[in-house]
Amino acid sequence: MIEQTHIKPFLRLSGLEPLIVRPETNFVNVGERTNVTGSKKFARLIRAGQYEEALSVARQQVENGAQVLDVNMDDAMLEGVEAMTTFLNLVQAEPDIARIPIMIDSSKFTIIEAGLKCVQGRCIVNSISMKEGEEKFIEQAFICKSYGAAIIVMAFDEVGQADTKARKIEICSRAYKILTEQVGYDPQDIIFDPNIFAIATGIEEHNNYAVDFIEATREIKRLMPLAKISGGVSNMSFSFRGNDHVREAMHAVFLYYTIQAGMDMGIVNAGQLVVYDEIEPTLKQLCEDVILNRNNDNNESTEKLIQFAETVKAKGKETVKDERWRDDTVEKRMSHALVNGITDYIDVDTEEARQKYPKPLDVIEGPLMDGMNIVGDLFGAGKMFLPQVVKSARVMKKAVAVLTPFIEAEKEEKRLAHLAAGTVNEEGAGAAKILLATVKGDVHDIGKNIVGVVLGCNGYDIIDLGVMVSADKILSEAKKHNVDIIGLSGLITPSLDEMVHIGKEMTRLKMDLPLLIGGATTSRMHTAVKIAPEYGNGVVHVLDASRSVTVAGSLLNKETKPEFLKTIHTEYAKLKADFANKKSAKQYLTFPDAQKNSFAIDWANFTPVKPTFTGTKLFDNYPLVEIAEYIDWQPFFIAWELHGKFPAILTDEVVGKEATKLYNDAKKLLKQIIDEKWLVAQGAVGFWPATKTAPDTVTLTNKESTINLEFLRQQIKKAPGQPNLSLADFIAPSTVNQQDYLGAFSVTIKGIEPHIKRFDDALDDYNKITLQALADRFAEAFAEVLHKKTRLEYWGYMQEEHLTNEQLIKEEYLGIRPAPGYPACPDHTEKYKLFELLGGEEATGIFLTESLAMYPASSVCGWFFAHPDSKYFGVGKIEKDQLDNYTERKQMSMDEMTRWLRPILE
Amino acid sequence: MKKTIQECLKERILIIDGAMGTMIQQHKLEEADFRNERFKDYHKDVKGNNDLLSITQPAIIIGIHKEYLEAGADILETNTFSSTSIAQADYDMQSLAYELNLASAKCARIAADAYTAMNPDKPRFVAGAIGPLNKTLSLSPDVNNPGFRAVTFDEVADAYTEQITALVEGGVDVLLIETIFDTLNAKAAIYAAKKYFRSTGIPELPIMISGTITDASGRTLSGQTLEAFYVSIMHAKPLSVGLNCALGAQEMRPHIEELSAIASCATSAYPNAGLPNAFGEYDEQPHETAHIIEEWAANGWLNIVGGCCGTTPAHIKHIADEVAKFQPRLLPILEEAL
Repeated sequence: MIEQTHIKPFLRLSGLEPLIVRPETNFVNVGERTNVTGSKKFARLIRAGQYEEALSVARQQVENGAQVLDVNMDDAMLEGVEAMTTFLNLVQAEPDIARIPIMIDSSKFTIIEAGLKCVQGRCIVNSISMKEGEEKFIEQAFICKSYGAAIIVMAFDEVGQADTKARKIEICSRAYKILTEQVGYDPQDIIFDPNIFAIATGIEEHNNYAVDFIEATREIKRLMPLAKISGGVSNMSFSFRGNDHVREAMHAVFLYYTIQAGMDMGIVNAGQLVVYDEIEPTLKQLCEDVILNRNNDNNESTEKLIQFAETVKAKGKETVKDERWRDDTVEKRMSHALVNGITDYIDVDTEEARQKYPKPLDVIEGPLMDGMNIVGDLFGAGKMFLPQVVKSARVMKKAVAVLTPFIEAEKEEKRLAHLAAGTVNEEGAGAAKILLATVKGDVHDIGKNIVGVVLGCNGYDIIDLGVMVSADKILSEAKKHNVDIIGLSGLITPSLDEMVHIGKEMTRLKMDLPLLIGGATTSRMHTAVKIAPEYGNGVVHVLDASRSVTVAGSLLNKETKPEFLKTIHTEYAKLKADFANKKSAKQYLTFPDAQKNSFAIDWANFTPVKPTFTGTKLFDNYPLVEIAEYIDWQPFFIAWELHGKFPAILTDEVVGKEATKLYNDAKKLLKQIIDEKWLVAQGAVGFWPATKTAPDTVTLTNKESTINLEFLRQQIKKAPGQPNLSLADFIAPSTVNQQDYLGAFSVTIKGIEPHIKRFDDALDDYNKITLQALADRFAEAFAEVLHKKTRLEYWGYMQEEHLTNEQLIKEEYLGIRPAPGYPACPDHTEKYKLFELLGGEEATGIFLTESLAMYPASSVCGWFFAHPDSKYFGVGKIEKDQLDNYTERKQMSMDEMTRWLRPILE
Repeated sequence: MKKTIQECLKERILIIDGAMGTMIQQHKLEEADFRNERFKDYHKDVKGNNDLLSITQPAIIIGIHKEYLEAGADILETNTFSSTSIAQADYDMQSLAYELNLASAKCARIAADAYTAMNPDKPRFVAGAIGPLNKTLSLSPDVNNPGFRAVTFDEVADAYTEQITALVEGGVDVLLIETIFDTLNAKAAIYAAKKYFRSTGIPELPIMISGTITDASGRTLSGQTLEAFYVSIMHAKPLSVGLNCALGAQEMRPHIEELSAIASCATSAYPNAGLPNAFGEYDEQPHETAHIIEEWAANGWLNIVGGCCGTTPAHIKHIADEVAKFQPRLLPILEEAL
């Protein structure tokens, strides 16, 4: 007999995916940052028409755990209907955002209806009310219903906005009756906003507002159990604006009581919620008194909270160490230490736990894993950020280090016992193992280290083979350790080929492990088009460390793995097909035609400046303190997966707090590096007479000999009047009577190894990764310094220059410094010539790997072009005719040239 | 008094007809046949505008309808897949949209009523087919401008309103919004239907909804999962929700299973006759299609079943014979409390 299904009256919403609000859903976070009235940043972007960036605000909300996206365009400066339509149409084209349902938020119904016309999923309208009478209310409700939207009804009628409990209940009940009986709304699709007003304003009538809301919520849910309750939470703490510490605590306390009373959803900053249990007791008590309006005659509680708020303000970011958590049980203490990244007591606590539990392994599997699970959940929900997770990992590692000798001793005991008894030891099938490596020829490993830490935190055993690891070694180690997943990382373009090679090898060796691909130069597209076709047992591109956890989880679960791989396979097959289709769409010029359409400089009216010296100038220990002033911090935060502009990121509503902490820690380490001379900055600069002797060839005179630099030219068909650029175009040709020059430079930051080792030994990934990221920043900043000195002094083609660091970062200077292997000159092999000119490994302190990565990893090199019209560009894809010509000029074999240029060949 | 479609749905699995295009092709009609007398001097070629045949060759259309009724179909789809002013613009026939729908509704009505008269115990119904349009509301046709739309919601809703008006006046029993690959287009059709009935005061006709899962990803072309699609259209309070086109029965199976578990209304399925071969033809034989669908009926997943591209009266007959043995899917119990 076939059973009949039961369907419950849940509120059902949808984007590209469904959101079913069940009783166990508990509380739906509605992301509030895509609201021009609430977010200054978003408002600025929309007003400036920067919709692309505005989309990233939306994306961040989704990533931080918003389950519904509130979109509001109510701004006097904006054409609301148009802004809503434009933004929502763009959102629909972004599957990672359009995944969740949209809340269309406006006080103008025309804007709401315009929004409803753009979204295929089931939306929430925020909001309609009876403030202009029943007739209009009914009409608007009918319209919302015909678009299939759930509606938020504000507790507002002809008389005004409801402030007391009784008024809130009265208005909501009346609206409910009209909607269900006259309009035919399903009760579960009705959401009430009974008005959250500011409390603790000093005006006594306001003191009971939160209580009114809580009690009204409870009563509305009792009378109309299927209806939902929502509200804008941050209104409540409005009088404490500027004091996030107090506001966050107030929100947490308020939500604690309203959710208990039945509140279903709220418009919140998903990234900024604090946990009720984690609020310091004094503050919690004060918040409760104010919110529940207790002991508040003559504003007594309000005054106390204001006083407290001022002490917090006065202390600034400095918060007192609260040591009360030390009084708790050992399990709770360990969990607290893990969540908050406190290493101070972990050794003692671990030892205490070891004595309490029967086996040392129980401590790992019990309290430690419990704590890390909390960390994993918070990270997954966007409530913790990468730097915090890495600190938690450090606590974990320290605890494990305390236990390891005991675990080893126990193992040995067992082994001997088995030996004595003649039995087989069948234990040891532990956590899933993941092997990580930076591929052969590549030396970059910050990203890989972060992935290792994050996966380690999630209970995987990480085998990290380090950098420059051959395919052979990766695959034999994978077999030896019987790993469950292989993860490859790479930063420079030749690494892509190496990854393809590893895929082929895995097929040849009939391996069946999933292969993860990550690193700055990798992409979903490259993985789909080049790597996945070579290996059939699962190749997945992982965008960043936070994604690695879910990917590994899906791959290691027998039940989800086939489905997950099937989805990936389909997605990649589609990407590959799209790629094939797109490819044919672009038009290219023949190489001779591209050369004819070169960039024309009027050499007759330009006299190149002669550098103050030719040959090279070396710097073997440039003052770090001077370099530090030129650091561009933004990439530093990106390395930590905190995205945003510097310094705005320090005050960002979502990540600001963590970014500031990280920045302070980095500054501290930076000072130590400089004061204690941990690192050495070595650099070289050189200039040579240069002549363009062929359309894409520049000949340098170095002492007595000459050396030909070969460049590549854009070949895509350009708009009329736009040239096909080659760097050679920026050097005076032999046909004009002008002596031109070209420069080169290299910089490197040496001496990091002993410090990395020291941090490794101290199990301190946080400082290790910070140090690596800082060394990279030093190298880039050093290049900036030498370029500036070149412009003003060594070459001296600029008489004066008044550029701020910000302008330098934006490349507002005259002249350029493109690096071989990067977009304007994508052939890495020209590096051989650059380093030969500068005096080789000895002069530069840099060693080139077989993939032409530079070691030490924190190194930068490039050419200097001085002509004021020279500019950065990307060569893009080239055609076979240019490849043939270039191969001939370079006097290399076609195979080898093809290998080096693969990223720009079709 | 003839039984209503709701009453029939409680008694048995209802059969919806098969492909119209496939059957028209078999008549090997030429340009002159499409034009007939009325459009003999028309300024554009009209061959391929199958919907036009309801005006120029009504006997052929009625004939095809009768073949399906003979095979056992309970529900006929009107020959109006492209009868909107937007889709007809390809032939510059946008001004004919109203007349096309009226003519097609009448063809189906004549055929259905004739068969109902012969056997009043098996009443036949006419579903006014509302197709997906050749322009979409959620997708940009310009890859470099993802925010661009080739048509607006209001234009789509207006075109559908015209179609719905003519279908209702032509006497259809239900409206069938079908082959939905962009849910927002379907929402515009639902919007148009609800508004039409509310503003004219004509009692609402039931709405059937049928989406299209385009490939193995299990999503619609506009990117929604099946459940998200269902949630997005359930405000239509449809008589049935289901899937048609793009997939053969084999590939459609898991989606029908899922839909049967989540839909609070009746479910429908009318797959293609397998996947097309290299020449775009459908090879799946009637007994093969019917065999797959038989299992769905046995599992209690279905209320309405039939065929889409490539299916013929023979397919419909096989399907009808196979599912006759089984009880229809029981409608879910809608609980009133959480």
